Amino acid sequence: MGEEEGGHSPNPNSKVTWEGCSVLLDINGGDRLVFARLSPAASLKIGDKKCSLQPLVGCPFGSLFQVETGPKGAHLVLVSSPASSSPGMTEGMDPQEKNDGKLKGDEKDNRALIDDNRAQNLTGEDIDAMRRCGASGDEIIEALISNSSTFEKKTVFSQEKYKLKKQKKYAPKVLLRRPFTRSICEAYFKKYPSRIGFLRVDTLSLLLSMANVGAYSDVLVVDMVGGILTGAVAERLGGTGYVCCTYPGSAPYSIDIVRMFNFSSEICSRIVQTSSSSLLSAQDGDDEDDSSSDPPSNKDNGSMISSDEQSKKSTTDGSPVPVPTSVVNAPPTKKSVNPGMPASPDAIKLWKRRGFSSLIVAAPDMDAWSMVDELLPLLSYSSPFAFYHQYLQPLATCMHRLQTEKKAVALQVSESWLREYQVLPSRTHPHMQMSGSGGYILSGTRIFDS
Amino acid sequence: MLSADQEKQNSFQRRICEGDLVIVYERHDAMKPVTVRAGSELQNRFGVFKHSDWIGMPFGCKVLSNKGSFVYLLAPTPQLWTLVLSHRTQILYIADISFVVSFLEVVPGCVVLESGTGSGSLTTSLARAVAPFGHVYTFDFHEQRAASAREDFERNGLTRFITVSVRDTQGEGFPEEFCGKADSVFLDLPQPWLAVPSSGKMLKPDGVLCSFSPCIEQVQRSCEALTTNFTDVRTFEVLLRTYEVRDVKFGSLGGDGSGGAVRKPPCKRKNRPSSDEENNGSMERSTSTVMAKPCPETRGHTGFLTFARLRCS
Ligand SMILES: C[S@@+](CC[C@H](N)C(=O)[O-])C[C@H]1O[C@@H](n2cnc3c(N)ncnc32)[C@H](O)[C@@H]1O
Repeated sequence: MGEEEGGHSPNPNSKVTWEGCSVLLDINGGDRLVFARLSPAASLKIGDKKCSLQPLVGCPFGSLFQVETGPKGAHLVLVSSPASSSPGMTEGMDPQEKNDGKLKGDEKDNRALIDDNRAQNLTGEDIDAMRRCGASGDEIIEALISNSSTFEKKTVFSQEKYKLKKQKKYAPKVLLRRPFTRSICEAYFKKYPSRIGFLRVDTLSLLLSMANVGAYSDVLVVDMVGGILTGAVAERLGGTGYVCCTYPGSAPYSIDIVRMFNFSSEICSRIVQTSSSSLLSAQDGDDEDDSSSDPPSNKDNGSMISSDEQSKKSTTDGSPVPVPTSVVNAPPTKKSVNPGMPASPDAIKLWKRRGFSSLIVAAPDMDAWSMVDELLPLLSYSSPFAFYHQYLQPLATCMHRLQTEKKAVALQVSESWLREYQVLPSRTHPHMQMSGSGGYILSGTRIFDS
Repeated sequence: MLSADQEKQNSFQRRICEGDLVIVYERHDAMKPVTVRAGSELQNRFGVFKHSDWIGMPFGCKVLSNKGSFVYLLAPTPQLWTLVLSHRTQILYIADISFVVSFLEVVPGCVVLESGTGSGSLTTSLARAVAPFGHVYTFDFHEQRAASAREDFERNGLTRFITVSVRDTQGEGFPEEFCGKADSVFLDLPQPWLAVPSSGKMLKPDGVLCSFSPCIEQVQRSCEALTTNFTDVRTFEVLLRTYEVRDVKFGSLGGDGSGGAVRKPPCKRKNRPSSDEENNGSMERSTSTVMAKPCPETRGHTGFLTFARLRCS
């Protein structure tokens, strides 16, 4: 794999981290999700301790680390066999689960258990002393257990819970995840849903299917959901086709979330932006919006980025990445292509002539119908579209108009419903908490109408 | 369906050619796949349609029958294919399919193993996701189903991305040659837990497995089998709720003395706009609003989706 510039992966499907790559860190089995960039200076605060992220570089995604506090402070150590916590007790575990179900062969129950906070004989000072002597997190947990007067009386299930609680505190675990649409969307939905317009991962997945996003697609998107949509589309294109982000007026929307994906330069070069007015300008080839009159200098006619438009760089440049994290982030070194360059006049001309092959709109703050009315003519015949909205009504109205004006067929307003389950022996049930709404979709296929 | 060839991609210029697969669209719940052959005809309740009339027309166009009725001719997509394919087995529908593709983290270039192939509903979408550099290897122990699926993939122009093999994956597992080569594995089998150990061998470290099962007992056993080599085991149910959209007219009190009773019920046909002639004049003092409500009949369950990631050690 070797070294990398700009945080771009040499191999889009690389299974190992590299310096500058973007990672998702799952702390203590989903308790906290943090995006980070593995720059040399990057560090992460876990509990009250700051750990360097350097040990994560060059490790396979999926590796599990544990915080160990040594004489020189806290550091992350690779856990070779990450099987210590009992299966099912980590992520799938429902925090609401209070009633200690009885496992097979577990005859104990809680009738004799008195919770008076006096069950633990070790004091905070004792633990600190152990730490100073270089005791590992696991050793501290063992000590806590053997000094607990109630541990033996607990049910197996409660014992597991006790251990897990102590482990989270004294030996926090950090799981190294590769950011994909799935994890990025889930993390944002959990922590900052408003930044992605309350677009849930199952709804996002549906948008991509319904709009038939796949290799070689030229996808027109309106992304007012922070870039999660643009990133998701680009991920599916894998460096073929184009994602063309369009926007009304003169300022593109922020698509900063795109940086969370580890896109190669190839993929980034396929993400371009242009104003809707330049796409809609009356004649083909009327580049009223483009001040640069240079003829496109593309050697290969496949390139859709105009090389002379660096000055018109989108807002993605320089604005802080909205990373929900406490990580000290060194900005990625930039030698490679930035996502979201202005679309070249040639590309725009081509799209006007051929039409786009998909249209996806996620514009919670715009009037749905006006968007559709404007952009649908840019979609080629028989191509599908999908519009996302947090509210049902604008989509219903929009569907009605599309029907009346006979612009599309296979119209459908739908809503995805997603429920997660806890699956454990004798304790299987849906999670006590679920998301009540992931938004609505209006989908359909444009027809030939002239 | 997936082509690097510009001529075969949707565009304003694309025209229907001899040999193309088109989806004949009557209504959202009445569609049919047809391969265009100059001498052929399509006969349905609307009359007779001559294929020769279709050639040279743009995709998405309206074509007329001998009786003057019309249908639309659409370009096939994996989503449309799932709606028109012949059901040789139970199949996965779009909500599950979309979720599976995302959660399996399938991107272009991935190698995906699938069993059983069934009717190839999911396979078609997996192919779209791995193209243009990746591949889907799909296994079913039912020889005829495998053969029919192969034909379908060929008809859709997907053979470059899909290989169908006949194999008992519960009994023999996946072929050894794929050891450590798969980015993702998908199981839709009656006893998926039997294929879990082999799936673990096939996956690259951190690779993702998904098992689809209609019954909770299957999920329970699969999850038990997954504890050995997998982490991050999560089970979901995903359903699609569709809405009826209508222009509903309410009467208002006073005015014509009829007490505002609605004389005409709202247009019955689902998802259809009520035509203007129909409503104009039937109610003078009425207000009309476009409204949506969930469709009364809906699928209540498809299956549980269990995902797990191969543990790194
Ligand atoms: C429900 S279908 C799969 C449907 C498919 N997911 C789709 O979307 O079209 C299950 C398939 O598994 C196959 N099957 C059952 N047992 C099998 C085994 N032991 N090895 C391989 N395939 C098997 C069946 O022949 C059947 O075609």
